[in-house]
Amino acid sequence: MSAIDELIEDTGAFDCVECGKCTSVCPVAEINSEFAPRLIVVKAQAGLEGLAKEKDIWSCLTCGLCNDMCPYKVDFTEFIRGMRSEAVIHGALPVCSKGGLLQTMGRIMTSPELKQNRLSWVTDDLKVAEKGDIYFFTGCTAHFDYIFEEREIKTSGILVAAVKIMNSAGITPAVSNDEVCCGHDLNWTGNEEHFEKLMEKNLEVIKASGAKQVVFTCPEGMRTFEFDYKDIAGDLGFEVLHISELILDLIDQDKLQHKDLDGKVTFHDPCRLGRHLGIYDDPRDMIKETGAELVEMERSRNKSTCCGVSAFATCEASSKQMQIERLKEAKKTGAQKMLTFCPKCWLHFKCSTWKKFPGLEEEVDIPIEDATIFFSKTLE
Amino acid sequence: MAGEASTKPPADSEHHEAQTPPPGEPINLIAFCCNWCSYAGADLAGVSRLQYPPNVKIIRVMCTGRIEPEFLLHAFELGIDGVLVCGCHIGDCHYISGNEKAEVRINTLKKLMDMIGIDSRRLRLEWVSASEGTRFAETVKDFKEQIEKLGKNKIYIAQS
Repeated sequence: MSAIDELIEDTGAFDCVECGKCTSVCPVAEINSEFAPRLIVVKAQAGLEGLAKEKDIWSCLTCGLCNDMCPYKVDFTEFIRGMRSEAVIHGALPVCSKGGLLQTMGRIMTSPELKQNRLSWVTDDLKVAEKGDIYFFTGCTAHFDYIFEEREIKTSGILVAAVKIMNSAGITPAVSNDEVCCGHDLNWTGNEEHFEKLMEKNLEVIKASGAKQVVFTCPEGMRTFEFDYKDIAGDLGFEVLHISELILDLIDQDKLQHKDLDGKVTFHDPCRLGRHLGIYDDPRDMIKETGAELVEMERSRNKSTCCGVSAFATCEASSKQMQIERLKEAKKTGAQKMLTFCPKCWLHFKCSTWKKFPGLEEEVDIPIEDATIFFSKTLE
Repeated sequence: MAGEASTKPPADSEHHEAQTPPPGEPINLIAFCCNWCSYAGADLAGVSRLQYPPNVKIIRVMCTGRIEPEFLLHAFELGIDGVLVCGCHIGDCHYISGNEKAEVRINTLKKLMDMIGIDSRRLRLEWVSASEGTRFAETVKDFKEQIEKLGKNKIYIAQS
């Protein structure tokens, strides 16, 4: 049995009845009429020929809307991930966005003699430790400050906010300078080899910290630990926790005192947090705790559309279109702000609001903010 | 070259065979030179028979504005010890403002390099005009000495 046949079998793609429901919800197919998730499966069944030159597997956002809709529960995102690995083995050259800078950064981090300086965001007023029960996995969030400097947002603010929240509840999280990228972007662009190296390094670092719980502000990192690391390494020996879950826990235990904010906000579900990890309610409950009014967009929760780019694998005309549509939707709710929980969603949306579309400024003009930062304002 | 680098080779291709060099091996430098000023400057250094270290490999690009941060980081990934970017003086760019954009990008990339753990002194931006053959030779000489002090680049990506 060939690798592709195995993949078709494992992901349930064999069960596809070609009903086309995936295409009806696919945000890429909505804009690019030549793209259809179903057809990728049909082409794959025909064999490996042309796999290296296949464009559609790279256009897919792996957002999981099709998985959610499929009546036969085909795991389409995993199918695409497997196809990408296979395509790279057959000589495909993925054209990643930002010229592949993020993937290069990931590969560089596998280098054993590297002396990183990744904790430069930790200011003196933040309390962090080397060891502790709670480990805070920061991933590459702080690196985006420099990679996307022109977008005028500080993603490291998310990390600062998260540590402030934990500190005010009496938790001193463990962080590490030796931690590396989680490998999400490499894993989703067909580079399993370096992904596994990053995984080994990260698990070693977390083990050394003695943590029982690992907190994430980035859903991509959390997804990678929860599914991909567990798939390869088995039981990790610690619990994986999203920051919104932690905040709600702390509020329940009366450990976190906060003031109320007012205003009206809307929430964009990141694909990794929502459809991949199934966390829909915690972010909403957390936002409600701030006292702000939460209004839902037309398409929310599991029907939420994508920010247009995932794993920095692709950025096409359809990505821009998607971002504009989503921002228009957010604007229509009358909210003053759109909150999201993913540094990458924030960056990608910012790309569309960032003086790039003359004439569209008013339609997409809605401030975007990370929900962790939003919550940290209640502490002031 | 520039076109090839933008479609990045996969991890297991021949481009990734950087291995630990034996001690004492000469350092490797890359100089990206813009077509209109610095490449002509390097040419002038050559035809004037000026001596400069042979460790440097020159890559011609149409403009320093064409150089994506990715090209530079990728060079370090492949084990290059120092990268020099040479372009027209500010105000002299053949494409009006390509060199200004390059300057912004390179300054940003240096901050990222420091965070990742690559000494940002391994990357240098210099303006060299077509008439400055001597300046090109001096720059390369000076850069080579600086990189020798820093030692070999410590990035060796493991290969299966």
